[in-house]
Amino acid sequence: MDKWNWDRFLDAWPYVLDGLWVTIQFTVLGSIVAYVLGLIFAIIRQLRIPVVDQVLWGFIEFVRSTPLLVQVFFLYWVIRPEVLQGVDSDTQKILVGTFALGVHYACYTSEVYRAGIEAVPKGQWEAATALSLPRSRVWTGVVLPQAIPRVLPALGNYTIAMFKEVPLLSAISVFDIVYQVKTEYAASQGGAGPEAWAAAGLTFLALSYPCAILVRRLERRVGTV
Amino acid sequence: MDNFSVYLERILEGLPATLWATGGGIALTIVISLLAGLGLLSPSRIVRGLVRVYVEGFRGSSEVVQLFFFAVALAIFFGLPWNQTAQGLLLIGIIVLGLNHGAYGAEIVRGAVQSVPKEQLEGAVALNFTPVQRMWRIILPQAVVEMLPPFNNLFIQLLKGTALLSFITVPEMFQKADELRAVPAFSRDLWLIYLILLVFYMVLAVLITVVMRWLETLAARRVGRSVPSRERALARGAAA
Repeated sequence: MDKWNWDRFLDAWPYVLDGLWVTIQFTVLGSIVAYVLGLIFAIIRQLRIPVVDQVLWGFIEFVRSTPLLVQVFFLYWVIRPEVLQGVDSDTQKILVGTFALGVHYACYTSEVYRAGIEAVPKGQWEAATALSLPRSRVWTGVVLPQAIPRVLPALGNYTIAMFKEVPLLSAISVFDIVYQVKTEYAASQGGAGPEAWAAAGLTFLALSYPCAILVRRLERRVGTV
Repeated sequence: MDNFSVYLERILEGLPATLWATGGGIALTIVISLLAGLGLLSPSRIVRGLVRVYVEGFRGSSEVVQLFFFAVALAIFFGLPWNQTAQGLLLIGIIVLGLNHGAYGAEIVRGAVQSVPKEQLEGAVALNFTPVQRMWRIILPQAVVEMLPPFNNLFIQLLKGTALLSFITVPEMFQKADELRAVPAFSRDLWLIYLILLVFYMVLAVLITVVMRWLETLAARRVGRSVPSRERALARGAAA
């Protein structure tokens, strides 16, 4: 057998591109959850409610310090049978995958939002109080419009990181790039060789590298937190 | 709950592989980060270009894909049949963990070296230090203080990455624990099995942080600084 076969390289692309579409869908869904939930975490922590604050801090540190793969399996094999009975299996995978990625990354994005919120000058809070703006207007009208543009590059970085971690979901048979190569392509070719994995790697690179450059450019424009 | 000790034993069976992967991966990451980080600052355009290709290539393609690629590629291209044995697969895992995280570490090293004030270098030149002395005695001791906190995060990312070695069937903690899922008698306790596993990873992450904070104090004292106190004891952010 020759070391590198261009036919096998070309044959891999339909599978890789099939998987790419699923990978992108999970990245988008996971990012939405991570952005929204992260902001909620950050606001709750900013309110400094006793007990709630400590519990949430502990949860965030725990999630950040343990592997996403184990968390995915915990959700899929422990929580799913209890909560998602009667839901069809494709929907179950989408829910578990999105939730796992979303919650894991929310624990990172909440720190990003926190830094962004703390970077809003104290005078802004004081002015809002002096104008006796209601609490909700202070957040939606004063603090967040200043905090969010500055955290966009960091959020973008986490979306790129998430994109590269979607392959973990192949372990629960989500039909992403890795699953397609490892299972479908391998079945058609009698195993996946370096050609198919190179195609998969190049696909990730082709998407994540331009995005990373865009994020760096955005970083230069709005500054980092 | 009756089988708690069974679960614990099974996870402990996987602990050595996880520790080897973490320790070996960290050692390789440090070496590669320093070499590639200094390579990014090389006066030679060719060196900078080559290192840049390595850094962006490994940061941009997924770690899982890299694992699968190396598991087949090392045997085919270099005739190293490491994917035949558990030890060989562990070695492949360590190499991929090192190469992947070394690419992130290179940027940390580059940033830290660039953050050392220019006057330090000028002073060393004025004192007739050789280029090696300048780097080794003046720049790096100061840069290391800056590097340690981001490396702390990177090493915790690496620890979490060791669970991915289960994809190439390295018998590490997650692989061993997950084998229990196939036993019907244990399926009721799956939550407990995964919880013990998560706690193990958590403890290892805290250990990494404790050691890194200690090194930070040592490195800071060496250059006559004190470490600013930080409220956060655990992971402080991913290397995105």
